[in-house]
Amino acid sequence: MNKFYISMLTFFCLLLGFTTSISAEVIHQERSLYRNILVDDKGDSRCLKFNVKSNKTNQSCLYKSDPQRLVFNYTKLLFSGLLLIEEPKNILIIGLGGGTMSNTLHQLYPNSVITNVEIDPAVVKVARQYFGFIENQSVTSVIQDGRIFIKRAIIKKQKYDWIILDAFNGDYIPEHLLTQEFIQETKSLLNENGVLSANTFSVSDLYAHESATYKSVFGDFYNVRNYKNSNRIILASKGKLPSLTVINQRVSALKDRLTPFGVDLEQVSNQMTSTIIEQDWPENTKILTDQFSPANLLNN
Amino acid sequence: MNEQQNKPSWQNLFIYLLAFSSGFCIMGIELLGGRILAPFFGSSVHIWGSIITVFMLSLSFGYLAGGKLSTQNASLKKYGFIFVLASITILPVAIWSTPIMELIFLNVEDSRYGSLLACAALFFIPTIILGMISPYSVRLLVTDKDSSGQTAGKLYFVSTLGSALGTIITSFYFVLFFEVDNIIMVFSSVLGMLGVFAIFLNKSAKPLNVNTIGAVHE
Repeated sequence: MNKFYISMLTFFCLLLGFTTSISAEVIHQERSLYRNILVDDKGDSRCLKFNVKSNKTNQSCLYKSDPQRLVFNYTKLLFSGLLLIEEPKNILIIGLGGGTMSNTLHQLYPNSVITNVEIDPAVVKVARQYFGFIENQSVTSVIQDGRIFIKRAIIKKQKYDWIILDAFNGDYIPEHLLTQEFIQETKSLLNENGVLSANTFSVSDLYAHESATYKSVFGDFYNVRNYKNSNRIILASKGKLPSLTVINQRVSALKDRLTPFGVDLEQVSNQMTSTIIEQDWPENTKILTDQFSPANLLNN
Repeated sequence: MNEQQNKPSWQNLFIYLLAFSSGFCIMGIELLGGRILAPFFGSSVHIWGSIITVFMLSLSFGYLAGGKLSTQNASLKKYGFIFVLASITILPVAIWSTPIMELIFLNVEDSRYGSLLACAALFFIPTIILGMISPYSVRLLVTDKDSSGQTAGKLYFVSTLGSALGTIITSFYFVLFFEVDNIIMVFSSVLGMLGVFAIFLNKSAKPLNVNTIGAVHE
C-alpha cells in the first residue's frame, strides 16, 4: 500500500515537473503592423517570438539570471566580424530583435556609436520593456525600413566600420534587402576597411543565389556557421581579407573579453571558411537583383 | 435578328479576349508595382496603400473617360487605339522608373508621400487608359436594353477573371522566372499587339460593324 502511495506521489511530482518545464508563460502579446509579437518566460529564459508560439520562431532570447550571456549560436557567430577589423567605432545594425547585439557591443565598446534600424516600432518598444535594450548618447534606434535608411545614409555621406544585417526572420525575407543593388549600397556605406556581417540561412535554394549575389559585390567572403543549425553568417570586407596570422592575433587579444558573453571566439574563428577555399554553390547561379528577387519563393 | 444577336459573334469573342487581357495586365502591373517601389520606399503596408489608392483612383477616372468616349461613334478601331495608347504609356514604367523614383526619393523625405507620388508618376496615366477599356467594351458588346445588364455582367466576369489570373500568375511564377522590367515589357507588347489587331480587324469587318452599331441605335 505504502509503495502505491509513493509511486503515485512520484508520478504526480513528475507530472508537475513536466508540465511546468514545458509550459511557457506568455508575458506580452501584441499584433503590430508587421507581425504578431510574443514574449514568453520559460524557466530562466525569456524569448521574443514572431507570429507563433513554437520554439522555431525565437527571434531573441536572454537568460534572466545572466542577461549578458548570449543564448543563440548565430549571435555568437556574428562576433567573427571583430576578427576582420580593429575596434569598430561606428556600428550599424539593421534589424533589432531584442536588442541583444546592440547591448553586447555597447558593453564591449562603450565609446562606439551604435545605430539600430528597425522597421517595427512595436519591436523597439518590446526590446526596451522586456529585454533591457539600452539607449543613450552613443546607442540610438531609428524606426525605418533598412533599405530606405541606407539610401538616406548614402546621401548624408555617413560611414560605418561594421554593418550587421539581421533583418530576416525564419519565415519571411524582405526581398529588397537581398539584392545586388542593396548589397552594393550597403558596401558604399562602409569605411575603407569596413566589414559587413549578414545573418542568413544556410539551407534551401536561396543559399546559392545569396552567395553568388554577395560574391558579385564583395568578391570572396567568409562563411561562418556550425552545421548543427540552419544559420550562417556571411562575413565580407570592403578591404582585403586579413591573413590567418592577423586573425589569430585578434582571437587571442579579444578572447577573454568575450568570455562573459558566452562567446568562445576561438571556436567561432574555427567555424569561418573562406569562399576562396570552399565555394559550395554552382558557378552559373543567378544573381538576385531588384529586377529578380523571388527570395521567399526560393526559400522553400 | 434576335437569334443572331444572342450568338456571340467572333467579334464579340475578340472583345472579351481583349477585356480579359487588359484585366490580366492591370493586376500584373499593380502587383509588380510593389516590387518596383520597394528599393526606394520599402515594402511596408503604406506601399500597398499608395499602390491601391493610385490604381483605384485612376481606374475610376478611366471608367468615366471610357464611358464618355464610347458615346462618340464607338468603333473597334477606337477601341484598338485605347490599347495601343495603354501599351505606350506603360513603357516608362519599364524604362524610366529608376530615375523617376530617384528624383522623388531625393525630394520627399516621408516614404508614405514619396511612394504615393512615385506611384502616381508611374501608374496614374496608364491605369486611366486601361480603365477606359471596360465601359468601352460594354458599349461595343451591348445590343439591346434587356440584355445590357447580362452583357455587362459577362464582361466584368471575363475582365475580373483576367485580373485574378494576372495577379496569381505574376506573383507565383513570372517573378520567379523573369525580370520585372521584362514582364512589364511583355504586358505592354501584348496590349499593343491586341490593339493593332483590333484596328485592322475593324477595317476588314466594316459591314458587320455597321450592322451591330445600327442595332444599338434602334
